[in-house]
Amino acid sequence: MISIEEFITKLEEEFDDVQSGSLQANTNYREIENWGSMHALIIIALVDTEWDVSLSGNDLKSTNTIQELYDKVASKIQ
Amino acid sequence: MKKAYIQLVETFVPQNVLNNHDLSIEFNIPEEEVFNQTGINTRYHTSDKELASDLAVSVGEKFFKENPLVNKNEINFLLFCTSALDYVGPATACLIHEQLGLNKSCLAIDVPMGCAGFTNGLILAKALIENETAKKILFITSDMPSKVVHPKDYHLRSLFSDAAAATLISNEKGFEIGQFAFGTDGSGAPNLIIKGSGARNPIDEDWLVKYKEVGGLKIGRMEMNGLEILKFSLREIPHLFSDVLEKNKLTKSDIDYFIFHQASGIIIKYITKKLDIDSNKVLSSLADYGNTVSASIPIALSVAEKQNLIQPNSTIFIAGFGIGYSWSATIIKN
Repeated sequence: MISIEEFITKLEEEFDDVQSGSLQANTNYREIENWGSMHALIIIALVDTEWDVSLSGNDLKSTNTIQELYDKVASKIQ
Repeated sequence: MKKAYIQLVETFVPQNVLNNHDLSIEFNIPEEEVFNQTGINTRYHTSDKELASDLAVSVGEKFFKENPLVNKNEINFLLFCTSALDYVGPATACLIHEQLGLNKSCLAIDVPMGCAGFTNGLILAKALIENETAKKILFITSDMPSKVVHPKDYHLRSLFSDAAAATLISNEKGFEIGQFAFGTDGSGAPNLIIKGSGARNPIDEDWLVKYKEVGGLKIGRMEMNGLEILKFSLREIPHLFSDVLEKNKLTKSDIDYFIFHQASGIIIKYITKKLDIDSNKVLSSLADYGNTVSASIPIALSVAEKQNLIQPNSTIFIAGFGIGYSWSATIIKN
């Protein structure tokens, strides 16, 4: 698993409407400007294609910050 | 054994257009955002009285007009794929057969399927040609999802589009159809379903009252769990791809082009990533046509041919997948 910093960079790259450097580990990703269901789909797709991890809707619901999301993905890789 | 080929493809769209500007005003979302979310600029909608079978007749008539060398009387099989039949009985294919004036010795059969309808129907067509039951098959895929989408449902309205395609399958020439891989997982049925559209849970008075303001949604309402459909696609397509490669004794590098069911921009983008293939090899008509259900693959093929994007002696992977869940794929070679 990549570092949290690299994880954040990947998220920023995938979200067309998010500027590079604007997200932090403690950012509540649902509070990203214009957050919508499309962003959730992008997270699911990114995590699936990059790490072959299938996140459920409940997995997303149980996380708020990017750090929590990162930890959830890391826990499913191990 | 005879070989089966996709000989010709013709497409047809209804006149009404829904573009991103229209959606932007209606749902107060910037136009660019509509495109970023869907990968679509233009969708087509049937008019009130226009059904999938009408699109099918229109594409059939256009097919014979544009291809005068095809003798209508030689068509001895009509396959009609849709998820929007006119009636449970008679088969809608029989009605289309009559309107197209096909020969009485031509059998007409419905294939009631959705997103995987083109590749599923192609499996049947290939078998019919190979075992010499049929010589020339007119395979029409036509759908009208706009009629079962709630007008306030932005996500579905921004994706789906009405269209039809007519594909001639014969033993003569064109794209040779290879070996198929396929699968079914009915546990996914609730994740993409047209409720109130058949004998199970037919619409009742409560339904009509609930949807009175939007015309009653009398032939059903489409409901989709986009997250589950995305997960299904990313889970099954890699297996489908490797199965098709194995059955056709090919490797990934042998594939010149890919045509996926035009589900949505995000699904095509991440399938491309997951298969680790060059996005320049992925042929798409999504931006100009939207998700046209079972018509999407022949439309993408037709558009690519008209734009001369397909080089001679190309090997193309085509894959249909979605509602059911149902999925199938093959290789076509020109």
